Parts: sequence; C-alpha cells; structure tokens
Amino acid sequence: MASEYSYVRTDFLGESPPPARETGAIKWMRENLFSGWLNTILTVLAIYFVVWLVVGVWPWFANGVWDADNLAECRAILDGATGACFAVLSDRWTQMLFGIAYPADGFWRPTLAFILLFPSVAPALFAQYVPRKFLIATALYPFLAYWLIWGGTIMIPIVTLIGLIAAYFAFIRLERASGFFMGLVGGVVAAAIIWYLGGFVTDAMSGFLALPEVASRDMGGFMLNMILGVVCVSLSLPLGIVLALGRQSSMPIIKGICVIFIEFIRGVPLITLLFVANVVLAYFFPPGTNLDLILRVIIMITMFSAAYIAEVIRGGLAALPKGQYEAGDSLGLNYSQAMRLIILPQALKISIPGIVNVAVGLFKDTTLVSVISMFDLVGVIRGPILSSTDWTGVYWEAFGFAALLFFVICYGISQYSQWLERQLQTDHR
Amino acid sequence: MAQTQMKVSDEVAIQINQMNKWYGTFHVLRDVNLTVNRGERIVICGPSGSGKSTLIRCINRLEEHQAGDIIVDGTELSSDLKNIDKIRSEVGMCFQHFNLFPHLTILENCTLAPIWVRKTPKKEAEETAMHFLEKVKIPDQAMKYPGQLSGGQQQRVAIARSLCMKPRIMLFDEPTSALDPEMIKEVLDTMIELAEEGMTMLCVTHEMGFARQVANRVIFMDQGQIVEQNEPEEFFNNPQSERTQLFLSQIIGH
Repeated sequence: MASEYSYVRTDFLGESPPPARETGAIKWMRENLFSGWLNTILTVLAIYFVVWLVVGVWPWFANGVWDADNLAECRAILDGATGACFAVLSDRWTQMLFGIAYPADGFWRPTLAFILLFPSVAPALFAQYVPRKFLIATALYPFLAYWLIWGGTIMIPIVTLIGLIAAYFAFIRLERASGFFMGLVGGVVAAAIIWYLGGFVTDAMSGFLALPEVASRDMGGFMLNMILGVVCVSLSLPLGIVLALGRQSSMPIIKGICVIFIEFIRGVPLITLLFVANVVLAYFFPPGTNLDLILRVIIMITMFSAAYIAEVIRGGLAALPKGQYEAGDSLGLNYSQAMRLIILPQALKISIPGIVNVAVGLFKDTTLVSVISMFDLVGVIRGPILSSTDWTGVYWEAFGFAALLFFVICYGISQYSQWLERQLQTDHR
Repeated sequence: MAQTQMKVSDEVAIQINQMNKWYGTFHVLRDVNLTVNRGERIVICGPSGSGKSTLIRCINRLEEHQAGDIIVDGTELSSDLKNIDKIRSEVGMCFQHFNLFPHLTILENCTLAPIWVRKTPKKEAEETAMHFLEKVKIPDQAMKYPGQLSGGQQQRVAIARSLCMKPRIMLFDEPTSALDPEMIKEVLDTMIELAEEGMTMLCVTHEMGFARQVANRVIFMDQGQIVEQNEPEEFFNNPQSERTQLFLSQIIGH
C-alpha cells in the first residue's frame, strides 16, 4: 500500500544563476546610512563632525608658512591669521632626517642606502615573484649599507663578510664530520682567524674605496630610527624563532635557558634595558672594551622584541595539530627538516598578525632611545629644534611631521602583512 | 571463498617481543608478542581503548615502548635517532585524520619526503609521485591544495604520499573512520589493490568486509593484550574467546 509520504524524484534540477544583486548608490545609502531614525541621526552627526574638523584644520594647512627663519617671523607673516609654521620643516628637515652631526656633504650616503633597501629586501619579501638567486642582494645589503652610512674603507665590511662565509663553511664541514657542537666551535674559530688577519689588511688598505668615516654618536634623526628598526626586526625574527623552538624543546637545559630569557626580558621595561645598554653594560665587559653605543642599543632592542616574537610564534606552534608533527615524523624527516618544511611555515603563517604587531611596536619604540640622549627623530625635535631660540613652541608642525613619517612606514608594513596573509591562504580556497 | 591467494614469505618483517607500554601509570600494552612475515596483511580490531592504535604507533616509534623489544626489518627500535629515522623511512603510515600538509600542494606533499629524506632529484620524485597519484586515481588533483579535496581523496593522497617513499611495510591507523560512507569504498579499494601487490600491511580498522577479503590474519585486542588471532574465516565464523564473540556480535549484529 502506497503511503501518503511516498515520493520519488524523477527529474533533477539544473544549476540556475544566482539572483542579480540590486545595486545603485541611492539604495546603498538608504541601506547603510539612513536605514532608520537612529542611523539617520548618527549619519548626520558624523558628517557634521567631519566637516567641522576639516573646516577647522584646513586654514591651518592652507595658510602654512614655508619660508621663514624663525617662529617670530612666521607669526609676523601670518599677521594674526590661523596658520601653521611649516618653515621649521624647510629649515631643519636635514636634522630631522639625518641628525645634527651627520656631515652635510654625505647626506647622499644614507639616502642611497635607503633607496637600495627596497630592491634589496624585495627578494625576501616577495619570494614568489623574484627569482631565488636575487636573495644574494638581500644578503649583501647589510654590508653595503654599513659602508655607505658609517664610511671607512670598504675592506671592513668585505673582511666581515669573508669571515662569516668562512665560519659557515667551517660549520658545515665540521658539523657533518663531528657533530653540531664541534661545528659551532670550528665556525667561531674560522671567523676569528679571518677577522684577526683581516685587521692587518684593512689597516694596510685603509684608503681603498674609503668614504669619510662618520662616528656612531653622529648618527641621528629618522635615519637612526630606520637603522634601529630594520636591523632589530630582521635580527629578532630568527632569534625569536630559535627561542620559541627552544622553549618547546624536550632538552631541559635548553628549555630552561629559553624560558628564563623570555620571562626575564618580557618582565622588564624597554627603557630599563636601554639604560642598561647605555650605562651599565660597560661594567660587564673587560676594561678598555668600547662597544659601540648603537650596537649596544641594537642588542637590547633585539633581545626585547625577540622575547615577544618568541611568544607569538609559540602560539602559532601550539595551534598546529599534533598530526602535523606525527606526519612529518612518520615520513622519516628529521627534526630540523620537519621544523623547516612543515611546522614553521604553518606556524609562522598563523603568527603573521602577531609578529607584525611586535614589529610595528618595535619600530615606534626606537624613539625611546631619545631618553638615553641619542638624537633620533624625536630626540632631535625635543632637543636641538624645540630648545633653539628660533623654533621654541612649534610642537604641532614638528611632531606632526614625525608622526607622518612613522605612519607611512608602519602602514606600509601593515599592508604588506595583509597581502602576505592573502598570498599564503591555501586552506579554504 | 572471497580471500584472494597471496603469498607470504618466511622472511620476518616485524618482530615484537614481550612489549609493554605505560601512559603514566596506565598500563596500555601488556606483554604483546607479534611476528609479522613479509607480505602478510594483518587486521587489528578491538574496542576503543584496547591499545590497537598504540601498538602500531609503537612500530614506527610515534609512541615509545618502555619494555620488551621491537625489531623492524632487522633494525631494533631503541632511542638511537639514526635507527628511528631509518625505520620511519621504511615504514609508511596513514592516519585517521590524513594529516596532509595543508600549506603544500598535493604534488609537493608527495615529493617532500623523497626529496629531503631519500635525496631523490626533484624531477624523478615528481614522476614517482604522479605514478602513485595515478594509482590512487587522482592525478588531476596534483596541483590543488589538500583543503580543496574531499575526505576520501585526501586519504588516498595520504596513501600515495606514503607510497612515494617506497616503504616495505604500511601501517594504517583507522584510515576510514573519519570518512563519509560513500568515500570509504574508494579508500578500501586502494588498500585492497595495495594488498594484492604483496605489501606488508598492518591495519587498525573495523571494516570487516575488508578483513575478510584481504587479511590473512585478524588480531583481536582488549585491555592492551592480544586476545585472539586467527585466519579471517575462522575468526569470524568460529571465534573462540567470549570477549571476541561479544565484540563481533556487537559490530556485525546491526
């Protein structure tokens, strides 16, 4: 007996196109801006606020004075009208960018280094679109940039580079023959020998392709922020990875060292570390050693951000299913292969927002060096510019310019990271 | 009789003697003894928590055993990392949740281990990978990512990925239990084909049809011990222990 629920489908429905989306500016506005009484009021208020802001600020920009020798002259030109005194920028922009002591005839050197930065990091940042062999430019850039900015004979960075290459090959050879530790010792010894012998070479050839030397204490302005930011971010990422892996290690001593390092550094304010770098660190070195101040600051900031990055990456590692580790193991990959090829690519991808967060924060935190009397961008503004009789009181213009410079770089980093995340999206396509 | 005739050699592939394992104080595996000859197809079944997965995971050292010894292909499993890596590259494994690498394409999933562990040239590894992907009938998906494939396809990729290492032994840890009913068959067909080629296989599974068709031995485990083992025909038609009878009545009864 056929039940009343009995049903058999005989014809299957074909695919039909989705309904056409209703479009039109008026429809969009009605849906998004004026969909109700409350929304309409909020929209009107918001528009009023924006207009009020623009109307208020616009004369300040439009009447801005770009050509004057001091604040008093600015005020005389403005003659009571609202207006900015951008003349401080046209008068002191070289100080803001390069610091107060960098020789003026050498400004092209950091500028060139800055321009070369972009093609040099491109092979690393856009690895999918740039052939791998261009990574050599990324590797050589730090040495070239050092030579351009600090000057001296080009033999110094070349000898440093040769020493590192020698250390690398010594490490590879000895590690294969007699293990990781011997490789490490061999690498250090090889580098030390090359650098010791290289010392005589640089002394003998001190005039070879030499640029006028600039001392570290003469570095300043936004250039100093860029140096600290770029160097510390690129050093703290690998160090952070090592610390994160060390914290997950099954070897208790390595794990202990990493945990103590991370917890200690994270528990201390960066300012404290910078004061340590400035004053206290000297007591830890043998008398007579004079470690460059910028180098000391780089060490401290790198350690600081590496500790944070390590924790971000640890979060990424913890988010991976255990099956990924087991799959790597079951295929016979050893620890370093499994980490490099399977675990880290995925963990780092998850960690990108967190890493970028730390990197942007670190870049802005480089302004803290103004506290230990280094004349970075903020230090230059606070010190030589605002305390000069000519420009006392031009806070908005000077700090606005500083904010703009930092915003451009940080917004760029943020946009890059979002692009990178989209590129690496492979799971839900 | 459904069972195909496949030859089993006298050569020993896996030898497990008096193996014991604890998770903390919980005694998971108790005095397990098992000898597997080359070419044998063994199905391991039992209630959940009986230690069957742990047993096969001990064979490639995903779990560490605390007493007794395991000898795989003449190499004893100890804490020596060289031995472990050697055994792992000879023993393939498929997991319940496939564990494909989501950031790599299907082809890269298959060539990764051959290139890095076996040092096979990339081109050759890709040819091998395509050969095995054809074998599991999904060569056209090679350039996709795992997330774009169905569960059954992913598990077949996982099998192909293991096969690319040319393993001498294959372990299957509940390969079909995370799959929709319609996809189970495509995975089982792949496994049957593999068995017919003479691969030494240990499968933890509840697919009794598969056990009847290809296994030459069925092992029943409970409470960390091997309770009963026999040829499939005898095992299903004439189970000896009460526990086995109860288990079989429960899984076949409905």
